[in-house]
Amino acid sequence: MKRLGPDDDPDRLYTVTGGRSRSADDRTLDLVTLIVSECDPTPGMQSEHARILAMCRRPMAVVEVSAELRMPVSVVRILLCDLLDLGQVTARHPRTPDTAQLPAADLLKEVLDALHRL
Amino acid sequence: MHSTASEHADTAVAAGTDADRIPLSATADNGLKIVIVGGFGVGKTTMVRSVSEIRPLNTEETMTRAGLGVDDPTGVEGKTTTTVAFDFGRISINDSAVLYLFGAPGQERFWFLWDRLFSGTLGAVVLVDTRRLDDSWYAIDRLEAHGMPFIVAHNDFGGERHTLEQIREALDLSPDVPLISCDARDRESSKAVLIALVDHLYALSVQASSSGRQSVPGQESVSVPETAERAS
Repeated sequence: MKRLGPDDDPDRLYTVTGGRSRSADDRTLDLVTLIVSECDPTPGMQSEHARILAMCRRPMAVVEVSAELRMPVSVVRILLCDLLDLGQVTARHPRTPDTAQLPAADLLKEVLDALHRL
Repeated sequence: MHSTASEHADTAVAAGTDADRIPLSATADNGLKIVIVGGFGVGKTTMVRSVSEIRPLNTEETMTRAGLGVDDPTGVEGKTTTTVAFDFGRISINDSAVLYLFGAPGQERFWFLWDRLFSGTLGAVVLVDTRRLDDSWYAIDRLEAHGMPFIVAHNDFGGERHTLEQIREALDLSPDVPLISCDARDRESSKAVLIALVDHLYALSVQASSSGRQSVPGQESVSVPETAERAS
């Protein structure tokens, strides 16, 4: 199989996801869900998977993975779901309320303190 | 099986980026979001850069769906993909929390992706430019519709002078929405904008949690001093 080059969008994106446009639970991965590798890349692994495992040795947000891979967030979500299914990464989900509900005052206080320290 | 495919794509893309990365704390487990919304050229990326601990990164989200036609004023058949590009930076809050700052365009198509990208956002900054105030109306309207708390920051390019009162009036801004001036190029000034937003969120949160009582009348927290005019 001929592998498409990195700039051959969008065919390349179709290829890296095996043609899938949506994974069952990709919506559960927020932009700022932090991804952590649970294993090292292995030879023969899909290159995008290998790169994700290498870059998430320390926690890394979904959106950062997307920027580093230069792929749209939706594509990265699919790749990450593959790795989650295999137990090769874990996800640390944000603990903020999902809807139009205000975050807790003590969390906001911590944010405020950090901003003042900047 | 051969493993030829896997080696191939690595070469072109990654150069340079990994070395620049400042990793998060290994204990980081709670990502937070603040969104800076504004029109093209208003200074969103500049503001993100002013306060971010990493060089701002950018990426995009695409959404393909049939039937809605929301992004297709031309009526070109088969075009059902919405793409929105955005920048972001980050600020580590503590061992657990990390704040991501997004600079996002306020154009119409962006709002169709709001829920997918920015649900759970703490709050928003609408960055306005008095040369193009019209651009901001739509963003303000949409944020209100999404029930997203926000403040308005006027990025002062040092052009024609407008008072905050004039801007508030021009934007038809509710008195309980904080409005401040800033210089997005300046770190302290950009910090002050974020502080003004989180102050506002904090006040709303405290108010909501003691809401057995009548809600407090809108107070303007315009305590942030205007940044001094800079020669540019």
